[in-house]
Amino acid sequence: MNKRIQIITGHYGSGKTEFAVNLALHLARQGEETALADLDIVNPYFRSYEQADRLEAAGVRVIVTSCGGAADIPALNPAVLSIFEDRSLRGVLDIGGDPIGARVLARFAPKLATEDFDLLFVLNANRPETNTVDRALDYLQGIEAECRQRVTGIVNNTHLCSQTTPEEILKGAALASALSERTGLPIVCHGVHRRFLPQLEGSLAEPLFPMELYMKKPWEINREEEEFIWQES
Amino acid sequence: MAKELWKGNEAIAEAAIRAGCKYFFGYPITPQNEIPEYLSLHLPKIGGCFLQAESEVAAINMVYGAAGCGKRVMTSSSSPGISLKQEGITYICGAELPAVIVNMMRGGPGLGTIQPAQGDYFQATRGGGNGDYRHLVYAPATIQEAADFVQLAFDVADHYRNPVMILADGMIGQMMEAIEWRELPKRELPEKTWATTGTKEARQPNVINSLYIDPNLCAEHNERLAKKYAAMEENEVLWEEYNTEDCEVLFVAYGTPSRIARAAIRQLEKEGIKAGLLRPITLWPFPHKALKAAAQQASVKAVVDVELSMGQMIDDVKIALEGCKPVSFVGKAGGVVPTPADVCAAAKAAIGR
Repeated sequence: MNKRIQIITGHYGSGKTEFAVNLALHLARQGEETALADLDIVNPYFRSYEQADRLEAAGVRVIVTSCGGAADIPALNPAVLSIFEDRSLRGVLDIGGDPIGARVLARFAPKLATEDFDLLFVLNANRPETNTVDRALDYLQGIEAECRQRVTGIVNNTHLCSQTTPEEILKGAALASALSERTGLPIVCHGVHRRFLPQLEGSLAEPLFPMELYMKKPWEINREEEEFIWQES
Repeated sequence: MAKELWKGNEAIAEAAIRAGCKYFFGYPITPQNEIPEYLSLHLPKIGGCFLQAESEVAAINMVYGAAGCGKRVMTSSSSPGISLKQEGITYICGAELPAVIVNMMRGGPGLGTIQPAQGDYFQATRGGGNGDYRHLVYAPATIQEAADFVQLAFDVADHYRNPVMILADGMIGQMMEAIEWRELPKRELPEKTWATTGTKEARQPNVINSLYIDPNLCAEHNERLAKKYAAMEENEVLWEEYNTEDCEVLFVAYGTPSRIARAAIRQLEKEGIKAGLLRPITLWPFPHKALKAAAQQASVKAVVDVELSMGQMIDDVKIALEGCKPVSFVGKAGGVVPTPADVCAAAKAAIGR
């Protein structure tokens, strides 16, 4: 994830938006001048722009689709181009979670041709459309075909929302390994909530990327982190 | 079975297929688009028919036709689209046909917003169409329930020969949760001898119609319908109670606000206030008796109604309580969702804390 621009794709529910928000905050904390572009033209809810206040407070510039993202108008904000023009920036592009959503990237193909970027495929082994190697590969290839780019790495971000356990993450790691073998793509990291870090430290070959949870449901927002997530239901 | 992560809309669509629904007619609108999208992909694979109609009015009339043929059929939309379907819904009730209608509510009135809301409670429970008709309304609060209630809705619709509505705010359609696929106990369902499946020259044709020229026959028809609706009120009321025993504050909420109320209950507990929740699962028929029983406990000082509207279900809450306890309201409309803190504050105000 050292390339200047990180493009985040994956199936809805893979947690790609959560990963994109965490990654942008991570880059900003490392002192990088960072911009996050919410380019999801498909999904109306649980969008990264909803975290604009938090991101901007951390120094991340947030670029949103038209009408501030709150209307279902699939129009791109020309400010996205600033990420390509200003080469001092680190860019995180959060792309819609299916091949149709990934089509947005095709519009930037000429820019990407001369660009240093990673295209990450965020994988959740608990989503029915990506829960086997064949299905995950189909999905990955569907995204590649629509966005006219090649995926460069896999992020295992397997979760079950509030019911996630370390075992779920390990199950996802096994699927990611199988997908990696089939495609030759590297596993870039495993997205792991910081609560599970002590349990998973040293158990996986690839780096663990510590995650916080920001994309909360409305009943989770006033609650303490520890309480809202791992104890519900 | 292992848990899987499903988006509410997708789970509803998959649940319909698992319930034997082979026909879907609809028209796109946010925030329910994943339902038609999923069915457009998967219905043809099982020999079913997905059709994107030219409008919601056309779609509901296609549902009318398929239901008349005795087939399991569904349509879905969101608030403004459901308004357009009201004429079809009253016809389907009048012709006594089973069908499942999903309303994934967004902010209103008019086109409103694409964010979650519950402003269609009156329309769903009182009827936006003409005439003395009723239909069951199920309000899921989790994705597991959304999947389960679709299965239930198809059975109940067949049981009573009446449409059933699944009413949820957009949050339920758009959010993801872990679910397990499971089969509910099957009802014994009557054979559809009334369906227009061809006479094979062995019987008189079945006619699907809601028109009566003779007012006496129409009056009889209404009496018969009223009996059917009374049976639904007798047999189909569902609700859930959480922490209601000896509570000081009783929340009433369905869908997303019920989840917010549960978060508020845990917060209030830390502050030494015992709060509980009565969650209507069927909005029609409404759990009037259960609510009154819970509110009549000596411990209950106030009933607080929580909605994503400016106050619609509160009418049913007041009907249920018959003035036995004070009722207050907290809610927001138009796509903004109150926080657990907002709900805690309303509860404290209601009991003067």
